[in-house]
Amino acid sequence: MELLLNQVLAGIATGAIYACMALAVVMIYQAIDHLNFAQGEMAMFSTFIAWQLLQWGVPYWGAFVITLALSFAGGIVIERALFKPLGNAPVLTHVAGFIALFAIINSVAGLTWDFTIKQFPSPFGSSPFLGSQLISTHQAGMIGVTLVLLLLLYFFFQFTRIGLAMRAAAAQPESARLVGINTSWMIALGWGMAAAIGSIAGMLIAPVVFLEPNMMGGVLIYGFAAAVLGGLSSPFGAVVGGFLVGIFENLAGTYIPGVGNELKLPIALALIVTVLVVKPTGLFGRAIVKRV
Amino acid sequence: MPFPALRHARCAALLAALSCLAVVTSAAPALAQKAYDPGASDSTIRIGNLMPYSGPASAYAIVGRIEQAYFRMVNDQGGINGRKIEFVSYDDAYSPAKAVEQTRRLVESDEVLLVFSPMGTPSNAAIQKYLNAKGVPQLFAATGATRFGDPKAFPWTMGWQPPYQVEGRVYAKYILATRPDARIAVLYQNDDLGRDLLKGLKDGLGERASRIVAEESYEVAEPSADNHIARLKASGADVFVSITTPKFAAQSIRKAAELAWRPLYIQALVSASIGAVLRPAGLDNAQGLVSAAYNKDAADPQWADDPGMARFHSFLDAYAPDVNRGDNSVVYGYGAAQCLVEVLRRAGDTLTRANVMREAAGLKGYTPDTLLPGIGITTAPDDFHPIEQLRLMRFEGDHWHLFGPVIDGDLRN
Repeated sequence: MELLLNQVLAGIATGAIYACMALAVVMIYQAIDHLNFAQGEMAMFSTFIAWQLLQWGVPYWGAFVITLALSFAGGIVIERALFKPLGNAPVLTHVAGFIALFAIINSVAGLTWDFTIKQFPSPFGSSPFLGSQLISTHQAGMIGVTLVLLLLLYFFFQFTRIGLAMRAAAAQPESARLVGINTSWMIALGWGMAAAIGSIAGMLIAPVVFLEPNMMGGVLIYGFAAAVLGGLSSPFGAVVGGFLVGIFENLAGTYIPGVGNELKLPIALALIVTVLVVKPTGLFGRAIVKRV
Repeated sequence: MPFPALRHARCAALLAALSCLAVVTSAAPALAQKAYDPGASDSTIRIGNLMPYSGPASAYAIVGRIEQAYFRMVNDQGGINGRKIEFVSYDDAYSPAKAVEQTRRLVESDEVLLVFSPMGTPSNAAIQKYLNAKGVPQLFAATGATRFGDPKAFPWTMGWQPPYQVEGRVYAKYILATRPDARIAVLYQNDDLGRDLLKGLKDGLGERASRIVAEESYEVAEPSADNHIARLKASGADVFVSITTPKFAAQSIRKAAELAWRPLYIQALVSASIGAVLRPAGLDNAQGLVSAAYNKDAADPQWADDPGMARFHSFLDAYAPDVNRGDNSVVYGYGAAQCLVEVLRRAGDTLTRANVMREAAGLKGYTPDTLLPGIGITTAPDDFHPIEQLRLMRFEGDHWHLFGPVIDGDLRN
């Protein structure tokens, strides 16, 4: 029983990583209706910017805010420069664009900061949380930040003009345009917000996994799995999905013999396929009905 | 037999050449024989190489830069038996597919005499069959996977650094000598590194291999090794062998400290770098770690008066002043390049691929400047593992301190 409890706790701690990333994935999905494969690399790059600022002597929260602003601007620039011209091109063109972006950002980060791991500080410290050695104060802080972020997003999309406009632009572009919403800029705004949320995820994940250009590779796959499980249209679902994937992965690793070692990553992928087959909308997603 | 006439003509020409040769040799027995394969001539020896100058493993490419610089120094000093080294080094981005393509280019277009020190297990595995089919030496492959020292199956392939299995045996000897009743936990990367070292450990433990109470493997795509460490701690082990690459090594060291798990902590030497692993993990967390070494540490003050390291430093001053001397790859590149130059020097004027392999397999206790005292390079026609000895070291303060004797992990025993 104690082992079970410990493994669930440890799963929640890892799940917080996935939840953070899944939130950014859902954010961009809301805005552009695609999964952005370069999401993880964008988050990694933002984290490197924060690291560089810290190296230059900027205090943590200063670096945090500057990184957030730069990432937001960077996301908008990427959309304006790269994806707006693609416009209504087929999905495959977009996918090619995402993969190109992935490779470019990864290489540029490697060239600039090299591939050795770097320590990234945590604002919460790393002592045991409430006496439990399985969850550190950083991981507890991370769960807290994820939940706060979720709450902010909820209010943004539910009660602010611009949030409602974004939802309208994504759900009914034609009608949104007719009521005077600039849908093109709403998409750019979505990219900016996704990049900003990604940068927070990156800055929270880096203290756990160490900062290096490939730090997001595995995380993004689990983030996708979490987002698909929770429902790609639901930020709340993404966060729940993140924790569920973390716990599931850990329990499977502990209790199903053989799985723990070789088959950990396939678990995430199997989860994606299973959810897509059994319940394509995920646990909390809305079914999207297209009028024909 | 489409052109029998031509065949005859060729045979005749060959016979004529042979008889000529016989006349020459019998007439002037004192004249030294010169024999060349592609890539070698009276004035040059062309050597091929692959390095991940770009991509995720580009940190290792410093090995290639140092080797290049070392050959420049040798050329400036007159070359090898009067011949200049031409070092053709290509980028394979640590990708096996690219490695094969670039190796073909080296062999078929650049016509190198041999491929020296290609970097990394995946790339070396990818080019091993091709080079052996072509009869081109794959000399001093920069990887510790044990399969690069198998003269029966691959007579043209030889590694250089201690194979991971040797390292595993050395740790086993240490555990048996100091903690015969240990309960051992192992975390290993699920590839050649992890499996080879684990096999060496088990072989070395022999019937005590059952003292391994917990084994966990991880994939490089996993975000973190933290949960593995939590499970290994739960096994109640008091010795922990961490066969991990830098990122996972640092995560493990930190997590074990966070969990207040204090076993005898043995860290595989691939991740014993202070700058790249221990500092990010926190030096406080790394106190008491045990690992192994075969090279002198260029940053260690105890080698200040060492003549070998003095040569190493004066080489760097002149040919690579900007490199980080604390980087193990710098010492590695120097030692491997020096060893190749020694082999080519011994090959004399018979610069054929077969003779180069013969000389490489005939080293008896040769010591490059950078190897620890007591460790030498010994090979034989049935022993293609040049370095099979290690010394243990313990991390205290901000340095590794060597302790105990040189330990032999010879795989033939």
